[in-house]
Amino acid sequence: MLYFSRWKAIATLLTALIVCAFAVPNFISEQTVQSWPKWAQRHVVLGLDLQGGSHILLEVDSNAVRKEKVESLRDDVRRVLRDARVGYTGLTTRGSSVEVRIRDDANFDDAMTKLRELSQLLGGLLGGTGQRSVDVVDAGNRTVRLTVTEAAMTERIRQSVEQSIQIIERRVNELGTVEPLIQRQGIDRVLVQVPGLQDPSRLKEILGKTAKLTFRMVDMSMTAQDALATRPPAESEVLYEGKKDPKTPILIQKQVLVSGEELTDAQPGFDQRSGEPIVTFRFNTAGARKFAQVTQENVGRPFAIVLDNEVISAPVIREPIIGGSGQISGSFTVESANDLAILLRAGALPAPLTIIEERTVGPGLGQDSIKKGKDASYIGSAMVIIFMFVTYGLFGLFANIAVAINVAMIFGVLSLLNATLTLPGIAGIVLTVGIAVDSNVLIYERIREEVRAGRSAIMAIDAGFSRALATILDSNITTFIAAAVLFFIGTGPVRGFAVTLGIGIITTLFTAFTLTRLIVATWVRWQRPKTVPI
Amino acid sequence: MRLLRIVPDDTKFDFTRFRRISFPISAVLTIIAILLYFYHGLNFGIDFKGGTLMEVQAKADAADLAKMRATLSTLNLGDVQLQQFGTPKDVLIRIGQQPGGETAQQEAVQKVRQALGDEVEYRRVEVVGPRVSGELLSMGTIGLFFAIGGILVYLWFRFEWQFALGAMIANVHDLVLTIGFMSLAQVDFDLTSIAALLTILGYSLNDTVVIYDRIREMLRRYKRLPMTELLNVSINSTLSRSIITHVTVSLSLLALLLFGGHAIHSFTATMMFGVVLVGTYTSIFIAAPILIYLGVGTARQESTEPDTTPATPVAAGARR
Repeated sequence: MLYFSRWKAIATLLTALIVCAFAVPNFISEQTVQSWPKWAQRHVVLGLDLQGGSHILLEVDSNAVRKEKVESLRDDVRRVLRDARVGYTGLTTRGSSVEVRIRDDANFDDAMTKLRELSQLLGGLLGGTGQRSVDVVDAGNRTVRLTVTEAAMTERIRQSVEQSIQIIERRVNELGTVEPLIQRQGIDRVLVQVPGLQDPSRLKEILGKTAKLTFRMVDMSMTAQDALATRPPAESEVLYEGKKDPKTPILIQKQVLVSGEELTDAQPGFDQRSGEPIVTFRFNTAGARKFAQVTQENVGRPFAIVLDNEVISAPVIREPIIGGSGQISGSFTVESANDLAILLRAGALPAPLTIIEERTVGPGLGQDSIKKGKDASYIGSAMVIIFMFVTYGLFGLFANIAVAINVAMIFGVLSLLNATLTLPGIAGIVLTVGIAVDSNVLIYERIREEVRAGRSAIMAIDAGFSRALATILDSNITTFIAAAVLFFIGTGPVRGFAVTLGIGIITTLFTAFTLTRLIVATWVRWQRPKTVPI
Repeated sequence: MRLLRIVPDDTKFDFTRFRRISFPISAVLTIIAILLYFYHGLNFGIDFKGGTLMEVQAKADAADLAKMRATLSTLNLGDVQLQQFGTPKDVLIRIGQQPGGETAQQEAVQKVRQALGDEVEYRRVEVVGPRVSGELLSMGTIGLFFAIGGILVYLWFRFEWQFALGAMIANVHDLVLTIGFMSLAQVDFDLTSIAALLTILGYSLNDTVVIYDRIREMLRRYKRLPMTELLNVSINSTLSRSIITHVTVSLSLLALLLFGGHAIHSFTATMMFGVVLVGTYTSIFIAAPILIYLGVGTARQESTEPDTTPATPVAAGARR
């Protein structure tokens, strides 16, 4: 156990040295590190609880996605039947199904064939399973029932989340935040982590908006008050103009003339005459053509700019707008104009998002936590080091060297993995210091026993190592299993604890099996001791 | 230099005899802990209960708790608790889960922010909606069972099944007692508590495994030694290590408890109880002696093979 071949000793030292070296960038100023090659720049990332920031978990409103999917199926059915000139009555949606009754028996088979074409084989990852997007069945009494399959729904939700992530990315990046993390979680969730925000209100505001922008005509056939009192025409709906209090109702046509998807750019600005904040926008070619046509046909009539079912403004068209650009004014502040421009540039979310979890730590608390974590680590380590020295003397010193290298290696591995260090993570390191010395304690106590059993110094040391190592392995693996489970179930700070605990166990095994042995072996070779000083 | 010996060499303490006291004590304590859990309950934090936690720091020299309480009580947010901690400036505000789903929680935070305005700095805001809190709780519970199961399987591979079972009984006992402690002390039970419980499980087993390793070694070496004596020798020979390791772990935990700050306070307090108080006791007084009842070593004593090993291991070592 005490014999080390030369190359083995070198390999051990080299491994320790290289792993420790990876910890170096954490202790050097960022500017210096940036001039290094990419692979050497890896460093420990401070968790949100240490550097301050927001962790926001959003959920895509899957019910809205389902509803939309069914409604678009209903529209498809209407289109197909109309194109095939098949008469029908009672086109309704029910749950995830669309039902339609064909008027004539003669047309029924024809209609079934046409409607079956709406059902497609699902591609992508589900390809080959033979799943279809829609189940088309004869529900009897000349009624056809089309049901969106669960597989198709899941696929649609998955797509919505993918799109949402892209849009959120654009929105968050526009806010000018540093290193935001945007990640899909589970089926219908998106995790947004933004470090270093004092107040996440604005971020939440921007994440929570669907930002569906539409340009529509105001329905002048009756006043909004009448429409509210009686019933609005089938093709129109009553929406409210926001900001003003009390909110004014306006009757607006459901038909969308131009939508926000056709915008190419949006910028905040100021109105040249009134000086109030506005948002200027530009359409793409198709949008510009449509907008020009609509404004040409409707000079003198009001149209409405609607954002998420709220009227921003309803100006009267004074002249045709043919340049493809325009401006939105509507009692904005500088910030709200800026935010709207960001939202319009980033595009609309396919479905509303709800915040289901928020954890925000202010930078002040983060600083305090770092300081407390440092204090606790220094004091804890100092106490353990002194205790080990008092108990084992020279061998205690060996153990302390091993522990110091151990901690440096933990930082090295954390850097290598670009892992996140949290306050519980620091606690994990402090605990590792307490536990890492356990491997030394096991070895030394075993040596003491062997000495008492009458063995010579070298024999006792040798036997101490060889017998203790099996125990060290067994006892550490149980803790490692606990750390691994914690890693999989934990989030944020708790996961940080699992990471440092797990890495700590691995580095502890490494130092116990190689480094401590090497140190003691070298000492034995130099001193040729007659007695063991422990 | 004279080195510190916390445990004198060659202790010959009759630990196994204490099983007649330690087993009933542990049984009673376990029952008390279970009763505490069911009748006193755990102080679930927002992770598992949902709701809002805000840590604010007054910009003035001291927070006016009464005034803040009065302001917040006008907001109709149901259960609102204010608690001072750390310095006189720091206040912890706990708001119960709001009825009305996920968005209602966010609105509550908004209301509080408006009501308290600029008088305070918001150091920490945590909002957990009803959906997430339910999931976290089930994840935490599943995680605990997975860890117990995983460790059981590992021990079963490495030792005989009796050892795995004995370790499990001993360490589930640790977890139950710790949960009882958390109920009694009304420690915030949140995700970090699950972390603490898992770590206690890991370390407590660590200790048990060290003693079991020694018992296994002794079983192989001394075929004739009566089981109770074999257990005693095993515990005594690992006693020094058990104590020293627990001193170092306690020193680490003590530093975290005193200097680690509020955020990990309940975590370290729980660990201190679980690892240092319960864990050590269990390995020595429960995990080892329980092997007698699980039938370890019985087959061995019945064997009629000639046994040449000497009666006591200490004498054996000395003669070599």
